Amino acid sequence: MNIENLLTRDSFIERGARSRAQALLDPGTFRELAGPFARLHSPWLAMQKLVTQADDGVVVAKGMLAGRRTVVLAIEGAFQGGSMGEIGAAKIAGALELAARDNERGIPTQAVIVFETGGVRLQEANLGLAGIAEIQSAIVDLRRHRPVIGVSAGTVGCYGGMSIAAGLCSYFVMTREARLGLNGPQVIEQEAGVAEFDARQRSLIWGLTGGAQRTATHLADACVDDDTAAIRATVIDLFARGVPATHRSDRAGDFLACLGRVDTTRQATAQDVRDLYSKGLA
Amino acid sequence: MESLEYEFAAGQPAPGRTVSGVVSSGDLEVLLEPAAAGRTTVAVQTSVDGYGGTWKALLERVFGAGTLPAARIEINDNGATPGVVRMRIEQAYEQVNNGAKP
Repeated sequence: MNIENLLTRDSFIERGARSRAQALLDPGTFRELAGPFARLHSPWLAMQKLVTQADDGVVVAKGMLAGRRTVVLAIEGAFQGGSMGEIGAAKIAGALELAARDNERGIPTQAVIVFETGGVRLQEANLGLAGIAEIQSAIVDLRRHRPVIGVSAGTVGCYGGMSIAAGLCSYFVMTREARLGLNGPQVIEQEAGVAEFDARQRSLIWGLTGGAQRTATHLADACVDDDTAAIRATVIDLFARGVPATHRSDRAGDFLACLGRVDTTRQATAQDVRDLYSKGLA
Repeated sequence: MESLEYEFAAGQPAPGRTVSGVVSSGDLEVLLEPAAAGRTTVAVQTSVDGYGGTWKALLERVFGAGTLPAARIEINDNGATPGVVRMRIEQAYEQVNNGAKP
């Protein structure tokens, strides 16, 4: 992207969760459910002397996308690192379950989840984990009817239990700036040592977990520029493909076989990982 | 964390409700809803203790003239500077005046 494009493009990364949901849906169709004035604050953060946000960092929006009924679930990465607590997770899971029910009643409804999350909210512990498990089951249920598309634009990326939710999506869209991983770089360094993973090495982090790498290694389906129109167009194209014959998560065996061939005697480079995955998954 | 409440004279009820900002570091969320004519209430939750005087002075500058539309305002603050607080409140009023929906 040259300088002129950088100045004129409409960044998706710079938008907040609500603005992202508005931008994805067809103009004038955005309708927020369980929004900030429902005041579904986290009951647990205040007990720990943390200021709550009135929507618990999750925007649930219903509307149309290229004329199809769509629900957008956008996580606000700037509030508590986009962490999933009891309320925010219940909002996502509940919306996905209602979308599945609509499909069962003959009203086709599809879902987009905008992942900007470090995973479970540690302050809410098991309630957050249970919520993430509900989101995962709801994705698997809904994707039988219509695709569930995940988007991670950055700069938080998608980590922890929510990276598993991302892996369950029918399609996953990333920007070059986004990252996708189970454990974050600092967690790996803390648990396994700096020799295993140096969390200050940005090129290593993005080389292994960034959007370009994840797309090259079949863990994401498209790596798109940070441009709102481009991201929206990609999501529309993927919905037009319909439910994939084989979901990524159905190929867990192929991915495990790739991991089985990793040479653990030395640090893997980004190219090593691409070679490994292109052999097993092409 | 500290909770603060303030009251100001105001004009006619605000024309709608809206939300501006995010509870991220150095930022705040402002929820604005219409209230009965003549009175605006501001309820603040802030992560930073001991700044009641600064909040009072800042909010008096914004609402002191008593001419802004009457509103019930809820502020969830995560350590924003006074300048940011003022801009988020002004953004909320601009959004309701432009007919924006949350």
